[in-house]
Amino acid sequence: MPATDAYITGIGQSEVGVRLQRSPLLLTVDAIREALTEAGLAIGQIDGVSTYPGRSAAYLGFSPIGADELIDALGIRARWHLGSLEISSQLGAVAAAAMAVRTGQARHVICYRTVYEAAAMSRPEEYPPLVRDRVDGYSQWLTPFNAFSAANWTAQYAMRHVKRFGLTREQLAQIALTDRAHALLNPRALVREPLTMEQYLSARMISTPLCLYDCDRYTDASTVLIVSAGDAIGEVDCTPIRIAAMAGTVERHSWDQAEWMACYPTGADLWKSTDYKPADVDTAQLYDGFSFQAIAWLEALGFCAVGEGGRYVEGGKRIALDGELPLNTFGGQLGAGRLHGFGFAHEAVVQLRGLGDKRQIAGDPRVAVAASGGGPLATALLLARD
Amino acid sequence: MSVPRVLPRLDSENRFFWTAGAEGQLRFLRCQECATFIHPPRPVCRRCLSEKVAPQAVPGTGTIDTYTVNYQQWRPGLEVPYVIARVAIDGAPGVFLTTNIVGCAVEAVEIGDRVRVKFEQQGEVYLPLFEKIA
Repeated sequence: MPATDAYITGIGQSEVGVRLQRSPLLLTVDAIREALTEAGLAIGQIDGVSTYPGRSAAYLGFSPIGADELIDALGIRARWHLGSLEISSQLGAVAAAAMAVRTGQARHVICYRTVYEAAAMSRPEEYPPLVRDRVDGYSQWLTPFNAFSAANWTAQYAMRHVKRFGLTREQLAQIALTDRAHALLNPRALVREPLTMEQYLSARMISTPLCLYDCDRYTDASTVLIVSAGDAIGEVDCTPIRIAAMAGTVERHSWDQAEWMACYPTGADLWKSTDYKPADVDTAQLYDGFSFQAIAWLEALGFCAVGEGGRYVEGGKRIALDGELPLNTFGGQLGAGRLHGFGFAHEAVVQLRGLGDKRQIAGDPRVAVAASGGGPLATALLLARD
Repeated sequence: MSVPRVLPRLDSENRFFWTAGAEGQLRFLRCQECATFIHPPRPVCRRCLSEKVAPQAVPGTGTIDTYTVNYQQWRPGLEVPYVIARVAIDGAPGVFLTTNIVGCAVEAVEIGDRVRVKFEQQGEVYLPLFEKIA
């Protein structure tokens, strides 16, 4: 394999739950152990660490374990590391690791995202809640108007689709229903109960047009992807998955000054550095912290025209496990839990390796797209099994 | 709304914006070289990088670009539902404000509605809320 290629080798995931007692560092270690075992690597072979968003001191539950701490805790001799919020989005940490291994800065990089918001909320004495008497930076343009949540900000983009393109609640529901149906087949999924259209349509509204089932919920978990250099593939013992293309484009870093969420320019840019086309993709794993984001990603990546995302998922058949484009086959964030972006790349690798068991898609999938982020955050990875 | 809003921290860059309502005006920074409006306020033009930027009043009217009706009680005491909207500002092409539409039923709000600023004072801060133009 050429040194200029980057591959995802090991993948791992901790227990996924709500109000877990196990420490966030140990959840991270659980996921790392699984990834190392799967790749046939030892911790001593790891020479890079990459995470999003790094340690979040003001609000620890959001990201309790930074790269600095992990390096020291596990005795990693890191030649390259990154832990940053100011990258294209969650999976931007994987894209950065790919660049590091392609340029010889590291051979095997642990990329991880550890979330601990549910546990943190239940143990405020250990994890003090974020208290703000005044807001600054971008929050000052949203919070004073009681637009507290990304649910509100995303809902406004969704409402524009409702009014301009005729997006219906029944169409939006297909993301939640599909996620929940797929989650039933994933033993690690957070929510393992079916959801019916009737339940969806009678759910309470959070922020129109988004109801309760359109929003993910706080989850405690760690997800790990090991990114390896092409010339280090001989050291691993698993089917390497090549990062065939990646993009993370932002035109205005803002939730309200941008006409289009960053997924749109990112989706278009993804195809500029590869010969693959949307029609080559066997499965799509697209960010759905809020259901509408997956619809936007489908449009942005060219699976359908802008404004057609609702009609594309109508009825749910096309995005089901046996559909034309199986979507979020692990349950997405609405079913599998708020793994915050990394779950999508993890599942793309599972499917490309044929390890999905009951949720494995048929045929011989070779190409998958994984995407993370909403609003000004967007990263798309095109993954291929050669 | 029933509970006090979480206010912006005022500094040398944003103070003119958050206090302009004291004079009943909505103001945005404008580049004196290329006429581009700059929002959020920063001491440099995002189009030509000129530092000659200065606040300029706009008519205070606009059009609802999109909106959402929020039903979730994010904080204790927060009265729901209420409308959060993104308003395209007349006279400042490309500038939007996230705001609340007040003075009408939440069901009465639509994309394309014409609105006018109505400031809500909380301490030294004047929040630019909007109401529908009858």
